[in-house]
Amino acid sequence: MEKKTKIDAENGKQDLTITRVFDLPVELLFKAYIEPEIVEQWMGTKVLKLENKKHGSWQFETKDPHGNVVFRANGTIHEFIPYQKITRTFEMDNAPFDVQLEFLEFEKLTDDTSKLNMHVVYRTAELRDQMLKLPFAYGINMAHNRLQEVLNKLK
Amino acid sequence: MNLRRDVFQAIADPTRRAILLLVATQSMTAEVIDSNYDTARPTVSKHLQILTECELLKQEQNGREIYYHINAERMKDVADFIEPFRAMWEDRFNKLETIMKNYKGK
Repeated sequence: MEKKTKIDAENGKQDLTITRVFDLPVELLFKAYIEPEIVEQWMGTKVLKLENKKHGSWQFETKDPHGNVVFRANGTIHEFIPYQKITRTFEMDNAPFDVQLEFLEFEKLTDDTSKLNMHVVYRTAELRDQMLKLPFAYGINMAHNRLQEVLNKLK
Repeated sequence: MNLRRDVFQAIADPTRRAILLLVATQSMTAEVIDSNYDTARPTVSKHLQILTECELLKQEQNGREIYYHINAERMKDVADFIEPFRAMWEDRFNKLETIMKNYKGK
């Protein structure tokens, strides 16, 4: 099966592109990005603030079952063109990563399909590679934790 | 030589990606690989050389012929690096699609 989501990350560059074709009209795809309760569902994080307008700002937060904040991110919206484009910044709180710039372009393909093109620019090429490797490192941690759980049960 | 850099440059080229896909199905000679493309023979040779240098392809002598076959180990290294990042977004987008399909039904 062909992979629907494509990542284009040329080596040594400080940006990357994420593209995806959806079986959705562009109106619905765009809605998924601006309705806080919908964003919460697919991003798996709580939306504290989401002001969909030029110079608006946004803030997301995720807590573990004990109520500790495990992820918090914020940014500002620089350009907002309904059903076409959102330009925004993204910054993780309490993380050693500089702010990144995101260009989200929404494109109508047919009445029932649409395409999202997400161009992300990082401060440096090194930072981009670090961000790319985060889920990879997280995956290893997850595997390690599962292994640890199994080992604990054996004790 | 920065091997990782070379590998990513190698797979950034669409023709080289096509060659990798072709050889992944079956080991073959340069001649057979070449017959799959309209481009000039030297171009394909150059691509094969680059893919071999960064160890994505291996050469194997079989009688008078040289067969190219895929270096699975190396391919795995390259794919694994970005794959979890891609999978994370794929997962999010699949959720988005499912949610909005149901939304449409409302």
